[in-house]
Amino acid sequence: MEIRNWIFALILCHAALVLTSCAVELARSPPTERISGSAGDVLEDDPVGRLKVFVYELPSKYNKKILQKDQRCLNHMFAAEIYMHRFLLSSPVRTLNPAEADWFYTPVYTTCDLTPNGLPLPFKSPRMMRSAIQLISSNWPYWNRTEGADHFFVVPHDFGACFHYQEEKAIERGILTMLRRATLVQTFGQRNHVCLKEGSITVPPYAPPQKMQSHLIPERTPRAIFVYFRGLFYDVGNDPEGGYYARGARAAVWENFKDNPLFDISTEHPTTYYEDMQRAVFCLCPLGWAPWSPRLVEAVVFGCIPVIIADDIVLPFADAIPWEEIGVFVDEKDVPNLDTILTSIPPEIILRKQRLLANPSMKQAMLFPQPAQPGDAFHQVLNGLARKLPHDKSIYLAPGEKVLNWTAGPLGDLKPW
Amino acid sequence: MMKLSALQQSYLNRRPGSFRGAAPLDSSADGANKSPAAVFWLVLHGLCCLISLVLGFRFSRLVFFFIFSTSITTNTNHFMAPFRQLTTTTTAADVASDLPSNPVGDAALNGTRVVVGRHGIRIRPWPHPDPIEVMKAHQIIERVQREQRNQFVVKNPRTVIAVTPTYVRTFQTLHLTGVVHSLMLVPYDVVWIVVEAGGVTNETAAIISKSGVKTIHIGVDEKMPNTWEGRHKLEAKMRLRALRVVREKRLDGIVMFADDSNVHSMELFDEIQSTKWFGAVSIGILAHSGGAEELSSFAAVEKEVEEKEKKQAIPVQGPACNASSKLAGWHTFDPQPYEGNSAIFIDDRATVLPMKLEWAGFVLNSRLLWKDVEDKPHWSRDLDSVVDDDIESPLSLLKDPSMVEPLGSCGKQVLLWWLRVEARADSKFPAG
Repeated sequence: MEIRNWIFALILCHAALVLTSCAVELARSPPTERISGSAGDVLEDDPVGRLKVFVYELPSKYNKKILQKDQRCLNHMFAAEIYMHRFLLSSPVRTLNPAEADWFYTPVYTTCDLTPNGLPLPFKSPRMMRSAIQLISSNWPYWNRTEGADHFFVVPHDFGACFHYQEEKAIERGILTMLRRATLVQTFGQRNHVCLKEGSITVPPYAPPQKMQSHLIPERTPRAIFVYFRGLFYDVGNDPEGGYYARGARAAVWENFKDNPLFDISTEHPTTYYEDMQRAVFCLCPLGWAPWSPRLVEAVVFGCIPVIIADDIVLPFADAIPWEEIGVFVDEKDVPNLDTILTSIPPEIILRKQRLLANPSMKQAMLFPQPAQPGDAFHQVLNGLARKLPHDKSIYLAPGEKVLNWTAGPLGDLKPW
Repeated sequence: MMKLSALQQSYLNRRPGSFRGAAPLDSSADGANKSPAAVFWLVLHGLCCLISLVLGFRFSRLVFFFIFSTSITTNTNHFMAPFRQLTTTTTAADVASDLPSNPVGDAALNGTRVVVGRHGIRIRPWPHPDPIEVMKAHQIIERVQREQRNQFVVKNPRTVIAVTPTYVRTFQTLHLTGVVHSLMLVPYDVVWIVVEAGGVTNETAAIISKSGVKTIHIGVDEKMPNTWEGRHKLEAKMRLRALRVVREKRLDGIVMFADDSNVHSMELFDEIQSTKWFGAVSIGILAHSGGAEELSSFAAVEKEVEEKEKKQAIPVQGPACNASSKLAGWHTFDPQPYEGNSAIFIDDRATVLPMKLEWAGFVLNSRLLWKDVEDKPHWSRDLDSVVDDDIESPLSLLKDPSMVEPLGSCGKQVLLWWLRVEARADSKFPAG
């Protein structure tokens, strides 16, 4: 008799569990899936307590004065370097005692020298960086201890620390000699490329979070656009025939799909750009002059599946975010078959990608909100830095030992700034 | 070859466009020495430029391609870029042919298939949409939208009981078919009570039978008067008749008033599911002036448009909420601008005005109408105690009108549109 009672009780408990789980499922929130990255649920790691960062006090000509000269630096897509500085100044990982620091940060705004049009000029950046490093190496002993191996720099420009907007020139220059041992936090990422060194942390370009938040539309709005893209296909000013710009991929998209009703693509600048992205299933993120673009951030925030057309690109936080499961990767040579590729994806996979994108931690990881919030891009950078700890003993050099050649590089770089 | 590389260099002068001076062109420094070969190339280049001006495309590239096609090795797939405009079949042939075997170039890197430099623009032989793929894409979109809708599905959907007063007239088919289609799209169970003035007729029965929803067709013997005022009164009586049917048959669900010429949005049916006892929604009033005035001269129309823009856009009738989202009052229709200009007879060509509060803006739980229901709120009047003649809006069914629930984000969403369009008495709707 007793056994019967126990069995009955067990059945009741099981039934109760099943019912409660069903009730939870019916609750009215958008279904999301947890993102299990290659290293587990790393997006939600908290870096506080896992590392200590010392921020060098540089004279304001390296940061504040440059910003004062042109306030547009706060809004363009390279603004991450400024916001990173501000975040670190008030973050709990900051330490004022350099002896206990794991990482050293040098706040120098190299991407803030803007043309009247707003594009950053990289010509003085190598000299500025060099001058900053000379300053920190002469005023503090920590640079010489490792020749920068436990220092990190934010270089969000087109080709990172190669400091040039033209790819051939950037490759010719290579990464600035003095940064060859440091960790670089950059937006550029392409495999087997001179300007991406091993151990760099790829971050998304800056996209203004408030502006995106203010353009949100109700989630019920049905997604009726199949593929969406707004931007240039031919850079008429610099490459009128096409073939150089985007390695011909954007031009191929236009030529193949300009009359296809499924592809809502044009060069217009509509005011409803953000709203339209929220009504689209796929958003194209092809390369331009550089492989990365803010479109990826916008697609993730607005729940549109990014279609990444850039061979060998390295996406932000690639070791924490499983981009293969979230986006669709199309080789540049397969662009003429883009419609076949996209329509042959099974609907279950598309729904799964949308669920992954709906995960709020995914959206947070792509943004640089002010003030910083847990799980945002600042914290992912710190997580990345924390994952590289503890430093290998071999980075510490003997006193007086020099590995980097300080006089290497084009002559123009050696002029003082 | 120097000149060729100088040509290449000129393409390398990239962003920003207005910014050509700063990037140093190393090779052009070589042009300082005036060897005869350099002069020759210069002359040839100038000639090609002139010919290009005439022809309209880059002639020089064509020449160089033809003469030096084997020895141009700076970069990879040197597809016939200028031919892209001429014929697509040539490009097709090139798409079929694969990459050159050895991309030698100053920019090639080992271990990567990505090479810097000029690439061809790949265009497939028939760059037009494939109908099968378009269908597949639509199926994907449909699936995605279904998933989106499922997130917002109502937990316990209740039957929608739609009450429509109607009568046979020219535009009846037009209006009633609109309601038929709206009700067919409703994702919940629908019971449609159609009350007809002048008795049940076959025409009406034919229209409502096409709806596919459960219908209750009742006739009221009185014929519809030809004044708007009379019509409003009779329609109120007809609606009460329908409510009595709900009471007799003890129909369970949410009663809404679907006037035959109104326009209903699908969100309305989703929103009314959240009614507890008595709810109110906002109606947009499409009070239009009759056709004759609009056909007057364009100048007058423009002036009218300007005036209308200065006034408020479209009048909305419905609940008004205070800051704490509680019902504070009612937005009613203000007939003042149309004073003296309104239609009196049904086929007048003047503006038809709605009543202060239209029936269509209210929904109620059918249990309010039942006899002998224990948990009926005390602030509702029993249907039997309502006298037909003094009922102007369903608020008369309540003792306490402040208990009405405002729906549609507290009246901010307009969920249906009030419209009255009737034809002249002597016109006929096309048969068939």
